[in-house]
Amino acid sequence: MGELFTWINFKFLLEGLLLTIVISLVSILLSLVIGTVLALMRRSHNSLLAALATIYIEVFKNTPLLLWIMFIFFIVQLPPIPSAIAAFTVFTSASMGEIIRGGLSGVHRGQYEAMRSQGFSRFQGYTYIIMPQALKNMVPALLSQAITTIKDTSFLWSAIAIQELMGRGMILMNNYNSTLQIFTIFALVGLFYFIICFALSLGVRRYQKKYKIPGRVGV
Amino acid sequence: MFAPFKWEAYFSNFPVILMAFGKTIAISFLALVLALLLGMIFGMFSVTRSPILRALNRIYVEAIQNVPLLLQVFVMYSVFPLIGIKISTFLIGVIAIGIYHGAYISEVVRSGISSIPNGQFEAAKSQGFSYAQTMFQIILPQAITIIMPPLAVQAANLIKNTSIMALVAGGELMYASNSFANSTSYYGPAYVTAAVLYFILCFPLSRLALSLEKNRGRSRVKRVEYVNKAMTELDEDMKNAVAEEGVSTWESSSRG
Repeated sequence: MGELFTWINFKFLLEGLLLTIVISLVSILLSLVIGTVLALMRRSHNSLLAALATIYIEVFKNTPLLLWIMFIFFIVQLPPIPSAIAAFTVFTSASMGEIIRGGLSGVHRGQYEAMRSQGFSRFQGYTYIIMPQALKNMVPALLSQAITTIKDTSFLWSAIAIQELMGRGMILMNNYNSTLQIFTIFALVGLFYFIICFALSLGVRRYQKKYKIPGRVGV
Repeated sequence: MFAPFKWEAYFSNFPVILMAFGKTIAISFLALVLALLLGMIFGMFSVTRSPILRALNRIYVEAIQNVPLLLQVFVMYSVFPLIGIKISTFLIGVIAIGIYHGAYISEVVRSGISSIPNGQFEAAKSQGFSYAQTMFQIILPQAITIIMPPLAVQAANLIKNTSIMALVAGGELMYASNSFANSTSYYGPAYVTAAVLYFILCFPLSRLALSLEKNRGRSRVKRVEYVNKAMTELDEDMKNAVAEEGVSTWESSSRG
């Protein structure tokens, strides 16, 4: 029991927020890489590669993330934070694969033909011509995915005891027992999440308005 | 990890898992009903002329979508009892998940309605349709083909999200799988089977979303026919009304 609004408590929550952001960011960057590979596999003429990518995407699109967190923690038996990053990466890669595929198929056919006719290699062409254009269409969906990932890291405390923002809030709650204080801690934790996610969703909206990109509804 | 005797132990416990699977289905179904209801209402709010209703919709969507679902569940689970509200975890699941996905569905409905060209609203108005008639006879039947695919995706997401009820001892599939895995340490069968069961529920929905999306182009013709039919019916109604009133002079000239 005691004063709730202290610098120590604030710092305690802020450290949790930092871990939330680090786990989300690393997972998103890794899943962008795997997602790109999946998207290219799905678009490739090799039907085996395309089928493998499709199976991967369908499996992770249709099963819950929480299951994969548990699966990797208990069966692959990595330490908690690597488990979390691995689970988020394999899971989010499926969504990223779909988003990137959508972005790539939004680029006009002529651009691919132009790239070949001008003697670009596939790698050069994708890096300098196709991707920059595809990226423009993908930004809103990518940001929505980032929001989802940040929110989903809140599972990590209850699932595998990682002290991210939600975990730090729950730990802090043990020191206070009045209803008002407990509610205040929930509200503070919620506010932290809200500030980050709302900022991102404002970004999504502004970008969509600026470039007239139709909305995509995330999870 | 996947030794046969572990599977044997798992399947001797399988009725318990199936019961929990039933609970997952029940929570999903009821939450989906609630979410559809809220999504429909708040989605319509966003396209009204009333700034208050529009603001209500914005607040609902932003407040719910930008805070983790688990936090909303935890508040219901641990703060509500402290202020004297006691509800079962089952009901918490239905309400929290329903409200959460209601916000997403309201965005789906909003973008569906706003994708209908303004001309449709104007045409309906000029043909003497009231606001409610315009909405239910002209706009929504067209918007529904745009709304359906993301709605099916939302339903699949909703089912996946019921798994977080495991974190408040919700007694559904994820919880039962965890309990079995933790008490026996036979993690393999528990998690693999849970994945298969979730997949069985969600996969048809995401396939449905895909095929609805593909059919959208074809259904455009049907939509045009539908609108024409609604307009003709209204025309007939008006003619009848005019005939009853005994006024017939303007009827043919004003409504070519």
